[in-house]
Amino acid sequence: MSITQPEIEHVARLARLALSDTEKELFTGQMSAILRYVETLNELDTDGIIPTAHAVPVENSFRPDAVQPSIGTDQALRNAPDRVETFFRVPPVIE
Amino acid sequence: MELHTLTIHHLHQLLKNRQVTSREVTTAMLNRIEFSDPRINAFITVAADQALAAAAAADQRIASGDCQPLTGIPLALKDIFLTEGLRTTCASRMLADFIAPYDATAWARLKSQGAVLLGKLNQDEFAMGSSCENSAFGPTRNPWDIERTPGGSSGGSAAAIAAQQATATLGTDTGGSIRQPASHCGCVGLKPTYGRVSRYGVIAYASSLDQVGPVTRDVTDAALLLQVIAGHDPKDSTSVAMPVPDYVASLKNDVKGMKIGLPKEYFIAGLDPDVQRAMDDAIAHLKAQGAEFVEVSLPHTTYAVACYYLIATAEASSNLARYEGVRFGHRATGSQGLIEMMMQTRAEGFGAEVKRRIMLGTYALSSGYYDAYYLKAQKVRTLIQRDFTEAFKSVDILLTPVAPTPAFKIGEKAADPLQMYLSDIFTIPVNLAGICGISLPAQPSSNGLPIGLQLIGRPFGEETILRAAYSFEQTTDWHRTKAAL
Repeated sequence: MSITQPEIEHVARLARLALSDTEKELFTGQMSAILRYVETLNELDTDGIIPTAHAVPVENSFRPDAVQPSIGTDQALRNAPDRVETFFRVPPVIE
Repeated sequence: MELHTLTIHHLHQLLKNRQVTSREVTTAMLNRIEFSDPRINAFITVAADQALAAAAAADQRIASGDCQPLTGIPLALKDIFLTEGLRTTCASRMLADFIAPYDATAWARLKSQGAVLLGKLNQDEFAMGSSCENSAFGPTRNPWDIERTPGGSSGGSAAAIAAQQATATLGTDTGGSIRQPASHCGCVGLKPTYGRVSRYGVIAYASSLDQVGPVTRDVTDAALLLQVIAGHDPKDSTSVAMPVPDYVASLKNDVKGMKIGLPKEYFIAGLDPDVQRAMDDAIAHLKAQGAEFVEVSLPHTTYAVACYYLIATAEASSNLARYEGVRFGHRATGSQGLIEMMMQTRAEGFGAEVKRRIMLGTYALSSGYYDAYYLKAQKVRTLIQRDFTEAFKSVDILLTPVAPTPAFKIGEKAADPLQMYLSDIFTIPVNLAGICGISLPAQPSSNGLPIGLQLIGRPFGEETILRAAYSFEQTTDWHRTKAAL
C-alpha cells in the first residue's frame, strides 16, 4: 500500500519528530516503497503460527533485592543539557 | 618487526617473553592511526594519553608476572560501547558530547585483563546501515579501495583491522553488522548466539537481535576475545547462564566427517561470479580436508529482509524514544514548551536513516497496523527460525556467502534505502533465528577485493563453527594478505 503525506505527519507526531517539508515528501515516497516490499510477507499463511518475540527462551530473571553501588546523582546529571540542583530542568509542561 | 600487523596471540607471546612492551606496541598502533586514519576515518575518538597510561600499567602488571591473554593488547571499540569517562557518540549528533558514566560489561571484562583502549570506532549512526556512510562524523573508507565502503554498521571496527590500526576490535551485529564489514575488509568477524555476550552498556538498537562480537585478524584471535567477553552478566537479563566452553581448545584442524549444509536459497542465479567462485573454492578446500557437503533448504529466506525491517525498526522506535533532550544528549534551543523541544531535539540530533527507521517502526506498531505488520513479522520470524532448526537436524553447520557482492562504492546505494537493505540478505536470517555465524576471508575477487565466507552454527554452537573456520584458515593464506596503504 501507499502511505500519504497526512499519514506521514501523523506518524512523525507519534514519533516526536519534527520533519521538514522536504523530509515529508522524501519519506512519503520511500516508506511507500518499503511498505510495498514488506507486504510480500502476506504471501505466507501464518494462521496458527506462534509469534517469536525473543529467539532464545529465557525465563524471568530475578536477583536478590539488595542495595548495589550505583553511579550517584552527580554522575547521573553530568550529561544533562540543563539542570538545577539535583533535578533535570525542562521547558514549561503546562501553559 | 611490524608490531601493528601482529595478532593477539603472537603479541601475547612477545609480551609474555618480555620481547616487547605494551608501550612499544601501543605507540606503534597510535603512529599507524596517525599515518592512515586521515584517509580511512575509522576512528571517531583516539584516546592516545589514556592508551599510553593503560599500556604503562599493563607493562607493570606483566613485570609482576601476571600476563593474561589480553594484557597489554591494544584494542578499539565500536563507538556504541559505553566507556567510562570517554566520549561515546554512537556516530550521532545526538550524543556528540556524551561522556559515558560507566563501562559496558564486554569492555569491562577486557579491561580487567589489562587490555589497552586505543579509541572509539566509526559506524553507521545507532548501528543503522550497511556501509558506514550514515555517520555524523563522515564515512569510513575501505582500506582495500578507498573509493569503496567498508560495509556496516561496524565499518570502523573492520576498517581499523584492515588498516592495521588496532590488534583487534569489538563490534555489534543486529542484521549482519559484524560479518558484512568483516567480509568487505578481509577480516574475521564473529556474531555469537543471542544471549552469549552481555549487552549491558551497549547502546540499544533492536534488542531482540543485537549481539556483541569480535573483529580480528584470524580465527584464533576471535576465539580468544570471545573467551573473555562471553558469559552471564547479572546486569543483562537476556544474557544466558550457560557455562562458557574453552573456545581456544576447540581450535582443532579437523573437519573429517563434519556435515556442512549448503542452503540452496543462498546460491541463487545472479550471485556475483566472484562470490560464487570464492564459495566453490572454499567448498573444495573443506572437502579435501574430509568435510561432507549436502544441499539443504531454508525455504523462508526470501522473506527475511522484510521480516527484519519490521521487527528491527519497531524495536528501534521504542529504544530511541529515550533521546528526548532531557536527561542526556543534544537539546534544541528556543523551543516553546516540552513537546516542541523534544520534536526539535530529535529533528536536529538524528540523521536521515535513523529518522526513516523510527518512522517505519512507529508506523508498524501504531494502532490499526500492529497486527498487519509487526505481529505478522514476528510470526514469519518463527518460520525462519524453524527453517534452521530443521536444517540442523541433518547437518552440523551451514556454509554460505556473507554478502551478495564485494564492497560497493561510496554513494552507490545511498539514494535507495531498499537496495541498501537487500545487501544484508545472507546475514539477517542468522539474527532472526538467534544463532551464531562467523565471517572469514575466502578467495578475493578478480580485482583484489576481499570476499567473506560465512559459517553458521546451532544455538551456542560457536565451538563447531570456530573449528571449521580454523581448519579452513590452515589451508589458505587469505587472512595474511594485507591492504596496501
